[in-house]
Amino acid sequence: MSWTDIGALTDIPLRGARIVKTPAGCIAVFRTDEAEVFATSNKCAHKGGPLAEGIVHGKQVTCPLHNWVYSLETGEAQGADEGSIATYPVKIEDGRLLLDTDAVAARNAA
Amino acid sequence: MQKLVVIGAGMASGRVLEHLFDTAPEAFDVTLFNAEPRGNYNRIMLSPVLSGEKTFEEIVTHDDAWYADNKVTTRFGEKVTKIDRDRKVVVGENGEVAYDKLIIGTGSAPFIIPMPGHDLPGVVAYRDLEDTNAMIDASAKPGGKAVVIGGGLLGLEAAAGLRLRGMDVTVLHIMGHLMERQLDEAAGYLLKQDLEKRGINVMLKAQTKCIEGDGKVERVLLEDGTVLEADIVCMAVGIRPAAALGQDAGLEMGRAIKVDAQMRTSDPDILAVGECVEFEGNLFGLVAPLYDQAKVLAKTLLGEDDAFKMRELSTKLKVTGCDLFSAGDFAEGDAREDIVFRDPKRGVYKRLVIEDDKLVGAVMYGDTADSNWFFGLIKDGSDISEMRDTIIFGPAFQGGGAAAADPLAAVAALPADAEICGCNGVCKGTIVTAIEGGATTLDDVKAITKASASCGTCTGLVEQVLAVTLGDSFEAKAEKPICKCTDLTHEDVRRLIKSQELKSQPAVWQQLAWKTPNGCHVCRPAINYYLLADWPLDYQDDLQSRFVNERNHANIQKDGTYSVMPRMWGGMTDPDELIAIAQAAKKFDAVVKVTGGQRIDLLGIKKEDLPAIWSDLNDAGMVSGHAYTKGLRTVKTCVGSDWCRFGTQDSTGLGIKLEKRLWGSWTPHKVKLGVSGCPRNCAEATCKDVGVICVDSGYQIGVAGAAGMDVKETERLIDVATEEEAIEWTVAFVQLYRENAKYLDRAYKWVAKVGLDWVKETLDDPATRAALIERFDISQSVYQHDPWAEHVENRKAQYAPLADLTTEAAE
Ligand SMILES: Cc1cc2nc3c(=O)[nH]c(=O)nc-3n(C[C@H](O)[C@H](O)[C@H](O)COP(=O)(O)OP(=O)(O)OC[C@H]3O[C@@H](n4cnc5c(N)ncnc54)[C@H](O)[C@@H]3O)c2cc1C
Ligand code: FES
Repeated sequence: MSWTDIGALTDIPLRGARIVKTPAGCIAVFRTDEAEVFATSNKCAHKGGPLAEGIVHGKQVTCPLHNWVYSLETGEAQGADEGSIATYPVKIEDGRLLLDTDAVAARNAA
Repeated sequence: MQKLVVIGAGMASGRVLEHLFDTAPEAFDVTLFNAEPRGNYNRIMLSPVLSGEKTFEEIVTHDDAWYADNKVTTRFGEKVTKIDRDRKVVVGENGEVAYDKLIIGTGSAPFIIPMPGHDLPGVVAYRDLEDTNAMIDASAKPGGKAVVIGGGLLGLEAAAGLRLRGMDVTVLHIMGHLMERQLDEAAGYLLKQDLEKRGINVMLKAQTKCIEGDGKVERVLLEDGTVLEADIVCMAVGIRPAAALGQDAGLEMGRAIKVDAQMRTSDPDILAVGECVEFEGNLFGLVAPLYDQAKVLAKTLLGEDDAFKMRELSTKLKVTGCDLFSAGDFAEGDAREDIVFRDPKRGVYKRLVIEDDKLVGAVMYGDTADSNWFFGLIKDGSDISEMRDTIIFGPAFQGGGAAAADPLAAVAALPADAEICGCNGVCKGTIVTAIEGGATTLDDVKAITKASASCGTCTGLVEQVLAVTLGDSFEAKAEKPICKCTDLTHEDVRRLIKSQELKSQPAVWQQLAWKTPNGCHVCRPAINYYLLADWPLDYQDDLQSRFVNERNHANIQKDGTYSVMPRMWGGMTDPDELIAIAQAAKKFDAVVKVTGGQRIDLLGIKKEDLPAIWSDLNDAGMVSGHAYTKGLRTVKTCVGSDWCRFGTQDSTGLGIKLEKRLWGSWTPHKVKLGVSGCPRNCAEATCKDVGVICVDSGYQIGVAGAAGMDVKETERLIDVATEEEAIEWTVAFVQLYRENAKYLDRAYKWVAKVGLDWVKETLDDPATRAALIERFDISQSVYQHDPWAEHVENRKAQYAPLADLTTEAAE
């Protein structure tokens, strides 16, 4: 694993998200709770909607374009919709956000 | 005898000594250093000492007699300054001591934010008896004021203690809810309420700027300009391991002194225990695991085998009357499910987190009676799939076989005197009697028994009683709940927000028994709207509960770019504005479209560029056209009597006045107006939410038109003679709509539901109109501002990526 500092926890509003640009495309980093974050691909499996702009609720996000709902833990679309998005390890240390860039690169190579 | 030296007489090392003296009293000749001028006491009970519920003598763990009995050489009040590993001696302030084995148990030091004034007398931490006594002394002054910085476990215990001693206490917490590391928002909300009931003032999202005073603390200043007087300031913002001795001695370090599972440091003769250690990357802040460490360390010293293992931890707050419990883990990990139970009447909230059929976390507030049972399930990793449906009700509901696992059967099993409706004190028997007497629907039961007629949260239970009693002939109510987070309808929720004076989203979730931790994409925008419309001065608009367009103040397009549309008052513009728009379009490579609402749309703008283009348009005097909101969109006008040979009144002038009055307001759905200068109706006013047609005798005001999926002509609200009256009626109508309609109902849908007659009757009363207008203006005092300018000033960073890793990877 290669943990890369991508910013401060407080840079993301509670129940909001920000994007990180990577060679593998944009990654959305969601803050679901005061001290809980998830990272996924920013691209909806339906028609590529920007997930970081969706409404974040529980540990899920709703795509802003046509309301597909994803679990941020598994990346699976919920309910009747079928599809999934990539998820990436991200953690909080001393208020900083660390993203596993190896996982991002691995996903890109695969 | 081997010489054992112990640095720090704390809770962890104290437990080590107890184990040693119990199993091998003659094994070591012990010397004990402690920086505090006293021996080991139960540090966690400093809170009852602070509040006056206990004396210090009552919390001493080892007194002089105990140390004497066990022949411990005590060097209290003496700090160890150095460990010399080559000579195997410990250097104290008053001299050296040689060791064969050494234990470091120096605990933690409170973290002090190095803000200006942090070193003034009267600023204390909360770690030891000195801090506690300083706070007790400060409370002796009648009417004294205390400020506690930090709303975690320690800060709140300090605040509660100071309050019990009669001080006027304010807690400043930087996060959005209290104890965010142990509690979720709902439990944090209940805790805040309970503390406020005790007279403790709690300020969330509070950024402390500095502490001021002349020779001693006098006041605390916040970033937002708030000034709080203070006789004492307690800073309880966290702890740092006290590990400097290990670092200086060259032991292997992480964030603290690294130990293995036998509690040995990288030097086999030096062991460490307590909050000064790091084990497999973990730091410690609660005593339970430290006691495990102490047991292992004693065995290691005596040559026995044992290994320290991490285990689940639970937290309780030691504030009498605030029952809360938190255990396990709420973050990370895959595929978790929440079970939430709320009982608003009793202020109870319980949340369980389940993963792979196992309980992995629990938060409870208000009723923690079952906490040990839940904690047991977490620790044991028990399979809970069998009791999934009823687990939240606790152990009393389990083991009853099939009946207990079915909620309907559980209701069937309730005795006749079980209370169903807490507000009106209606028990099951009364409801069953009503049903047997002929009631077949929820409304019947409500009318006859009053059950579920007040707060409405027992609606589900009442329906279950109906279902159990009537069997298949019962049909649930037709009106649909807002979403799966609640059984209540939009109308119910709007009414309850007003009647129960619910002024925040956590308040709605808790008091109305939401089934999810924080709603979903369906209910959140609706609740956010209801709260801001009903309590403009109390509620803080939540951007994270808004759809993307309203959060980013631009319309998202299908390719993820945005469209930007400046306001053109009443459809009027001038050459300077047009030049600025043209320049912006060129600079940001926009596609330009003239809209049906008489303005110019710039399409294809990238999110990162939004603040820049807004800033350019702002500089040319233009503001957001709110083309993306459930709010006032446009007021379409024709040129009117100024130019048109048929014009009867100044329709453009009235349009501009209406737009200037209404812009910036949020409404249940979008609102479009039109003002036509004569009945030829060039502004197409007869299909708008509000359309005004000017005639020789004055103004005809029509409402509830539509020209979207439905096409509908406006209906006449009233004819008035003057422009002032036209504005008055329009504003009053819009406010009536804002206060009563369901979220996402256009005005015509709402009018169809409540009836135009009701709208007319209500608005007919001049006093009602005046009151509506007054409330509208209050709301405008908060919401009528240009969001573009505001975002450029305060939220610019949110529009840029958090980080850009593309360049780094390329290197
Ligand atoms: C007010 C309060 C309430 C708490 N409530 C709870 C609770 O409800 N539940 C819970 O689980 N935990 C609670 N805690 C935390 C708990 O008290 C600590 O986890 C525990 O005391 C840590 O034990 P320790 O032996 O590592 O350190 P300590 O108990 O802090 O002992 C370390 C000792 O080492 C001494 N020392 C440090 N450096 C030197 C040196 N160079 N030379 C000589 N001596 C030195 C210090 O003076 C101190 O006496 C609370 C803490 C506080 C302050
Ligand atoms: S693009 Fe996400 S739901 Fe259609």
